[in-house]
Amino acid sequence: MTVKECYAEMGANYDDVVSRLRTDERIAKFLGKILNDGSFELLKKSLDEKNLEEAFRAAHTLKGVCMNMSLTKLQASASKLTEALRGRTEYGEDIDPLFIAVRDDYEYTMSCIRKLPVA
Amino acid sequence: MGGKKSKLSARKKILIVDDSELNRSLLSDMLADDFTIMEAENGMEALAILREHELEISLMLLDIVMPVMDGFDVLATMNHTGWIKTVPVIMISAETGGSYIDRAYDLGAIDYISRPFDERTVKHRVMSNFMLSIKHKEMSDMLSDQIFEKEKDNSLMIEILSHIVEFRNGESGLHVLHVHSMTEMILRALVAKTDKYPLSVKDIHLIGNASALHDIGKISIPSEVLNKPGRFTKEEFEIMKAHTVEGAKMLSDIPFRKNEALIRVGYEICRWHHERYDGNGYPDGLKGDEIPISAQAVSIADVYDALTSKRVYKDAYPSDVAVKMILNGECGVFNPVLLECLSDIADDLEKELHTLSFGHATDSGIRDTVSHVLKSSGADVSNRTIRLMEHERMKSEYLADISREIIFEYIESPEMLKLAEWGAEQLGIPVKIMNPTENSLLLNIFSKDDITDLLNKIKNTTPENPVVSEKYLLNINGVKKWNKIMAKAMWNNDESPEFDGAVGKIVDIDDETAAMESLQERADHDARTGLLNYNAAKKRITELLATGRSRRFALVYFDLDNLKTANDVYGHLFGDELIEAIAGRMKDNIRSTDIAARFGGDEFMIFMEYKDTVVPQVKRIFERLTQKYKDFDVSVSMGIACTEKFIGNYDDLFNMADAAMYTVKHSTKNAYLFYDDSMDSLLQSKKD
Repeated sequence: MTVKECYAEMGANYDDVVSRLRTDERIAKFLGKILNDGSFELLKKSLDEKNLEEAFRAAHTLKGVCMNMSLTKLQASASKLTEALRGRTEYGEDIDPLFIAVRDDYEYTMSCIRKLPVA
Repeated sequence: MGGKKSKLSARKKILIVDDSELNRSLLSDMLADDFTIMEAENGMEALAILREHELEISLMLLDIVMPVMDGFDVLATMNHTGWIKTVPVIMISAETGGSYIDRAYDLGAIDYISRPFDERTVKHRVMSNFMLSIKHKEMSDMLSDQIFEKEKDNSLMIEILSHIVEFRNGESGLHVLHVHSMTEMILRALVAKTDKYPLSVKDIHLIGNASALHDIGKISIPSEVLNKPGRFTKEEFEIMKAHTVEGAKMLSDIPFRKNEALIRVGYEICRWHHERYDGNGYPDGLKGDEIPISAQAVSIADVYDALTSKRVYKDAYPSDVAVKMILNGECGVFNPVLLECLSDIADDLEKELHTLSFGHATDSGIRDTVSHVLKSSGADVSNRTIRLMEHERMKSEYLADISREIIFEYIESPEMLKLAEWGAEQLGIPVKIMNPTENSLLLNIFSKDDITDLLNKIKNTTPENPVVSEKYLLNINGVKKWNKIMAKAMWNNDESPEFDGAVGKIVDIDDETAAMESLQERADHDARTGLLNYNAAKKRITELLATGRSRRFALVYFDLDNLKTANDVYGHLFGDELIEAIAGRMKDNIRSTDIAARFGGDEFMIFMEYKDTVVPQVKRIFERLTQKYKDFDVSVSMGIACTEKFIGNYDDLFNMADAAMYTVKHSTKNAYLFYDDSMDSLLQSKKD
């Protein structure tokens, strides 16, 4: 599987990422780093503990990482959750479905990245 | 990271602050070819790095949303500390809201790179901002170079010359300082008045510095002439006049330095500061502006200071009188423009010159100028300063390393502890620890109470008396050892000094302590038997008696009745053996908390605690002591005094036991007896 095919499969924007990061090697290298990025785990843990401030930061970081890697689909769901958590002091019913969307996108995206030979 | 470095990059450091490792490495990947990268994962870490490397960091890329401390707080702190002026900040947040950007700009950020990061954009923005800051730095370097030249010349010249003058001339070294200040004052007045003499600020500083040289030729004048109290003869005056030519010659003879501005101007001043505008001066009889303006200014200053100073042959004239005398031509003819300048500054002269002292001069001359120029230009610290600081750091790191001592630095805000590498290795902890009083690795070694105690002691010092030296039991790699911590608190220089932190070292004194203890041990014990000696026993018993009247103790005092017989019959070696055997029996029959002592010779003492009655214990000890040793019948006279219903000190108690022992000795011998009131008279007689 090539990086381009991987991006197609993840619903991500290959043209955008390659125009910014220049080479497939570099893109693959940083996709590999996403696998070790703790933001998603931190997000999950913070939500479990109802630590909304920490959850906001984790979602925000995840969103930023997705922007940098042009992971369009995951970025969209992470972005929605980030906005729902921004300045939030109380847990609400809207958060769970938004998180589930992020979780599904995250897991799918990771499964695609794992198929890359370098990652 | 770690890509090949271009030549320029040795000093180009970029600090990337972002909580996402991925974002940091993405940026560092893009920039590593051109810059050395440092990383911080939150605002607090960034401040810690800035504190140490502020002057080396060319640029900082700063995220906004981060744990521990966010980007806005970092900017606010940088405004507070002034780092915002030396370190350009580019924001790199995923926040694109206008209010976020505005706030960052308001706080002094210079640019904003939004996500996603585009390699060309990142490189271009970083590079162009970097070039801007380089230009800025170069300009301030030019300024700083001037300051440093002045500082270098100034302090050196004034120091050397005022000493020469002081020693040789019997004049106060203040003359040099006065001439220096006044020369500059005259020249500043001159350039304000006319542009006939185009002197820059730097030229005036230079002439001021060189003015210190004006009388160096006097070093070649024989001191009987130089310090002659009365009038000079014609011959002597000729010798005196030669100091001008001699001084000039000394400067022109300095090899390799002829073209130095300071030497050149110094030559003019030395040779021609006794010339007069009408040609009636010496040594060359120069006229008008044939005399360099530097020498003209110095000659007025020289005359003024001579008039206003006390000499052996005259009193000091008041400032206004001196000025009048010069203006009236009583000291020769001077350049009319310079005389106008003298009138202009006349009112300030007295105040300026007569508040001068050495400390004042070195302080004000150098520090004021530097801080003034720095302030007025808003300049940053020059590359030279950075080099110096790097140099200092390398030096101290190396020294710390070879000293094989644990050297540390404590910084108050953001609170951190830094260790030199060797020390960190010894302790098995990182070289840098944030929030040290909360760090579990450190607390393993250094208990929280002890750390808090040490920090309090350091913070309670004063700038006059900033050193603390304390001993603590540290747990280093699982071994508890006594260590001495010596530290010097760092107070800043403000009028109301604030605590900045401390530097110090940790020295293992466990061996030292052990050695001390063993010495103490030896001093306390009788060499032959290992029992305590008299003084040590008395000290310990006194301590025990002080612990409370509710405890019951018995003092048992005895001697051998027949040691002399043993020595006489079996020899002294046997006598020594017997003493050792008795000591052994004592040790075997008391508890570890009891005290056994030998007073030299054949006198011994046991001090022990008891509950209801001590009689069985005493009986048992007596029986054991008096068992046969080899075939020898051991005989002991023993007296016992108990603390029950007793009020007194060690000596009283001992005298009671002694009285009981004495009673035994003079009756049956080889028995034990408790003190009772019947021995009271004996006790009194002993006391007397």
